[in-house]
Amino acid sequence: MDTMLLDPFVRMLDDACTPRAIRDVEAGRGIDAMWATIAASGFLDALVPEAKGGAGLTFDQVTPLVFATGSHAVPLPVAETIVGRGLLGLDASAIPDGPLVLADFGDRGGGLIPSAAVATHIVADMGDRLCLFRADTLTVRPSGVHGSLSATISGGARSSAITEAERPAAGIRSVAAIIRAAQIAGAAHRVLEMTTAYAGERIQFGKPIGKQQAIQQTLAVMAEQSVMARMAAHIGCAEALAPRIEIAAIAKQVASAAAVEIANIAHAVHGAIGISEEFDLQLYTRRLHEWRMADGSEGFWGPILGRMRLESSESGSVDYIRSIEPS
Amino acid sequence: MVLTNLCQYHQVYLCYRVLYDWKRTPARAVTRDGVDGVRIGKYENYTNRNKLIPFGLNAPDRAANKKRASKVLENFQLHRLPPEDEALRAPLRRLLSDCLGTTPASARARSWMGFNVELSRKLGKAGYVGLTLPRRYGGQERGAFARFVIIEELLAVGAPVAAHWIADRQSGPLILHFGTEAQRQEFLPGIASGEVYFCIGMSEPGSGSDLASVRSRAERTAHGWRLNGQKIWTTNAHHSDYMIALVRTSGTADDRHVGLSQFIVDLKAPGVTVRPIPDLAGDTHFSEVFFDDVFLDDDMLIGTEGAGWAQVTAELAFERSGPERIYSSIVLLDAWIAHLRAVERLDNAMLALVGRLTAQLATLRAASLAVTARLASGEQPIVEASVVKDIGTGFEQSLPVLIADDLASHPEEGVDEDLNRTLFYVCQVAPSYSLRGGTREILRGIIARGLGLR
Repeated sequence: MDTMLLDPFVRMLDDACTPRAIRDVEAGRGIDAMWATIAASGFLDALVPEAKGGAGLTFDQVTPLVFATGSHAVPLPVAETIVGRGLLGLDASAIPDGPLVLADFGDRGGGLIPSAAVATHIVADMGDRLCLFRADTLTVRPSGVHGSLSATISGGARSSAITEAERPAAGIRSVAAIIRAAQIAGAAHRVLEMTTAYAGERIQFGKPIGKQQAIQQTLAVMAEQSVMARMAAHIGCAEALAPRIEIAAIAKQVASAAAVEIANIAHAVHGAIGISEEFDLQLYTRRLHEWRMADGSEGFWGPILGRMRLESSESGSVDYIRSIEPS
Repeated sequence: MVLTNLCQYHQVYLCYRVLYDWKRTPARAVTRDGVDGVRIGKYENYTNRNKLIPFGLNAPDRAANKKRASKVLENFQLHRLPPEDEALRAPLRRLLSDCLGTTPASARARSWMGFNVELSRKLGKAGYVGLTLPRRYGGQERGAFARFVIIEELLAVGAPVAAHWIADRQSGPLILHFGTEAQRQEFLPGIASGEVYFCIGMSEPGSGSDLASVRSRAERTAHGWRLNGQKIWTTNAHHSDYMIALVRTSGTADDRHVGLSQFIVDLKAPGVTVRPIPDLAGDTHFSEVFFDDVFLDDDMLIGTEGAGWAQVTAELAFERSGPERIYSSIVLLDAWIAHLRAVERLDNAMLALVGRLTAQLATLRAASLAVTARLASGEQPIVEASVVKDIGTGFEQSLPVLIADDLASHPEEGVDEDLNRTLFYVCQVAPSYSLRGGTREILRGIIARGLGLR
């Protein structure tokens, strides 16, 4: 693990994205303080080439940071902005400041986009090119879901775009889906930690509930699903900025399916307190559901991968999986 | 990179400095505060003070629990098979294609239960059995990744591997680790050549998951040991040359893990009776084995008298570590996909199912490779292997259920007889996937221990 890069990023998130700060952002009390800290850190240009004033890292190197945005329930589109700024191909100084989100305006566009209500700009997939829009030139409709900053985005005449950029071959939804998978894996990690710790100290029937076999078996399943989400996200992140569709499909199908089970078990073990607003579990489990749906749920990606599998020339499933293994 | 242009704040510089140094000097010492004394602004020594609401009495160390959960997850990284191990694949595939030819799927689905001496000997002769054993015992001295490739190739086509399977994956490593030099020389070359077959004597009528309660007993005599008792559900005992049996050598069942020992039992020795037990699919893959005053020479004791429990635990770790536990139903999956292609059906429910199973299999394979990488680096990833085995067997068991529903939802499609036979065979034996080598509940207990819960 490249802790040299990750540690300062995590310390920054620990500082900027405290549960109180997350709640403030979610309650509409402004994003400026949190965003200023994150923007000032320089991490947002991690993927912009050095020649263009960025840090020139590869996505592989940035992957742990994307996981960390999940494990810290970061309410602002930090991972999306890192990726969006990398995709635009511009000098860092030419990219507008402010949070970016990634949107698909193509055939299968639509759907709620996490953090879109606080984005100042949108990198949109037009089907052939990427366009950068100012949010206030588009129709951004917040979901109105309690505590959620997700929104739908529509509109976007090409003529109003600030700039255009090359589209990833598999579309921006594939890239975004891989980010979500990594965020799910990060959140799953944190929720597993919280839940095992809680099971070790909540006393019922005279002993910690984690001593009950029924709880132990349930938590083992939660760990297994967290492993699945994590492994799937790693498969996706191996190709993240220019993924193949089948790789995005594996990552998001598995991570989305795991997200629900992980959230359910976390709440089952925590009991009523997990449902309360003041307990931090909800910051993560609400996001697990949001990220599961964002950029295609398991039911979106499953048939896409299924069709590619059937249309491939491989007769054996092991051979097919080996043939698409990220290099 | 022109740092100064970008640095509006001191803090910005520091973060860039970290990125910059990190890229150029990946080998430099990492300190908690950054790179070689570069401080990360105000983030040094930061601790998150957001505390959860405290509960309960005598709360155990929550930080330690969190660390355990993290360690399990962080051991799952992406790995690729080294090219020198991938190179083993093509020649093995040719050998299998020659041997298996057009064997129908319903026969290949029996892979683990398919006892085929001819194939095991060919595999042994070609160097695919006892792969990880030292050369001086007839092995190839290859590592965990090489073994992954071989096992994957064998199981992907449903090769009948039963004859050498247990000797290769459990008995060989056990004898190598705990056996005497004489035992290694006597047994390992035969295992590696695919000619000497072993079974595992663990379960007894009164001892399943509670293995420490075994009652078969070996008592010291002037020249060795006298064994009495019974084993049951022993896979392939009626075909095997030897059993490695876990028996009590001192104390009683109340002494639990103390007083158990492992012996190599020659199944042709006087006093040994092997009685095959037919299974629900019409095969006879397991047996009951009776010991009636069976004489065991002193040098048939493996390892240390009384240390049988620790040895069995290590042996089961070999059993749980490989890629074996994701591919048990793979022949059925591929036969179903061939059917879907033949009937040219493309409904959304089926596509979703194919995609889901493909995604799960790809992820499980990556997870299994991650466990293999820990093995290759000399660790004993017991918890991680249990995670993969439990998810893997769940996946294997879900396949016949889901495929059966798909096929029976389309009665208008003619289903090939061999596909039906494959489907029903896998449906019937699938419950054994999460029994053999440790039940689902036992594995989840191991995982819970890894999470710090017990």
